[in-house]
Amino acid sequence: MTSDEVVIQYENVCKSFGTKVVLKDLSLSVKRGETLVIMGPSGIGKSVTLRHAVGLLQPTSGRVTVEGHDMATIEEDDLIELRKRMGYLFQDGALINWLTVGENIALPLRENTDLTESEIKDRVAEKLALVQMDGTQDLMPPELSGGMRKRVGLARALVTDPEIVFFDEPNTGLDPEISMSVNHLIRDLSERLPITSIVITHLVSCVMVVADRVVLIDQGRVFAEGTADEFIHSKNERLTRFLAKPYD
Amino acid sequence: MKDLLRPLYSAGYRVDLFLRVILRLHHVAKRRMFLLDQLYVGGIKVLHVVLLVGVSIGMVVSLQTGIELSRIGQQNSIGTLVALSMTREMGPFITAIVLAAATGSSLAAELGTMSVSEELDALEVLSIDRTSFLVVPRVVALAILCPVLTILCDAVGIVGGGFVARSQLGVELSLYYDTVLEALQTPAELIPLPKDVYCGLLKSFVFGIVISIISCAAGILARGGALAVGAATRSAVRDSIILVIILNYFMTWFFYRQ
Repeated sequence: MTSDEVVIQYENVCKSFGTKVVLKDLSLSVKRGETLVIMGPSGIGKSVTLRHAVGLLQPTSGRVTVEGHDMATIEEDDLIELRKRMGYLFQDGALINWLTVGENIALPLRENTDLTESEIKDRVAEKLALVQMDGTQDLMPPELSGGMRKRVGLARALVTDPEIVFFDEPNTGLDPEISMSVNHLIRDLSERLPITSIVITHLVSCVMVVADRVVLIDQGRVFAEGTADEFIHSKNERLTRFLAKPYD
Repeated sequence: MKDLLRPLYSAGYRVDLFLRVILRLHHVAKRRMFLLDQLYVGGIKVLHVVLLVGVSIGMVVSLQTGIELSRIGQQNSIGTLVALSMTREMGPFITAIVLAAATGSSLAAELGTMSVSEELDALEVLSIDRTSFLVVPRVVALAILCPVLTILCDAVGIVGGGFVARSQLGVELSLYYDTVLEALQTPAELIPLPKDVYCGLLKSFVFGIVISIISCAAGILARGGALAVGAATRSAVRDSIILVIILNYFMTWFFYRQ
């Protein structure tokens, strides 16, 4: 369901933290309905890249635009409205520790919509079922394993039926079976709805299922770009080494 | 240079946070459950500390001043001194110190942990106003708690002072309480409370706001990991106590200047 309309655009983005340069002239774009997978070595700035798109970080130079809004200069009200149409899965789930699982997932609905309590409860149950966490509404986050926290975070990211979704390592901490079901969930969502998403992952299995397009970020910029098949069958030494394939 | 600018940034952030809380005070009704939770956590759980410290301070004031007064045969005025000391200074100040150490540190650690574990970022991405969601209930809770605990601290301090006056200095309890009531007769101009009680409670109200704003700001600004949470907690308690002491002087000067 990909269209030609560019939804997210990074133009020559540089980002430094003190003297440490993380992104160097990074440029990439994501079209409406497209699922872009970002791969790259640990600590290379993949999450930093994602954070720019939701306005949690501002580039040192360059520009990040989402639906035409420059994320560095966007008005606060516009940013709030834009974020209401976004979902974000954090690496560790980022659940509010003193709220139950159900309250965590219901939070954006209670705060930002006029849904009734029964509608909210139904929506929460539906999203929990989607991530195979049925009946866990009353558990507290400290009672959950890392994988469960991740899945609750995923349910929260999807509960508002967002149009743009960011997945920061959606498979980390999940067993292979659940991991694959999360991959298929991401794929199903992008096939059924015009969801635009960016996925950060290290797993080839995830790339193969979810990616419309893949980029490899290395040394702060896009090193390689292509479809999942092109990546997997590439003979590029750097790519081969990163994907841990034996050299041909 | 960055280290020099950090305190300025931190001070500016606290002022900004205070103004944002003022603009969102009408959200209190929506956050009433969180407010009740904060009243319990910040108040009931430190009540015994405030009472213990309050009664001890009242006893010390009574003993120290009583010994000196008895040398000039004025030990019968001890109730006056204990009542004025507790309501004007000791009650509000001691309560603020206990709240800064117990509740303020807990606020900073709680919000600091939320900050380093990306929970604050999650709220921001979910378009949830974190000032309204996290800070308003905590500030309102401490603004209510500090005066309430101060009244209790004043009361137990005066009772403790009376116990020492009777047991150590031989002052009759009826005389002690008569002098206490007499000392607290000065009426306030606007509020039907003795001026000394009213001024002490107003100080407490300000201290409660100061402690909560400083502690919440320290937690929200925490960056890094466990070390940052520790640093935020330390700076919250340190800065709260310093500001409470400085403000205490200026408010005392304002209310009692000649």
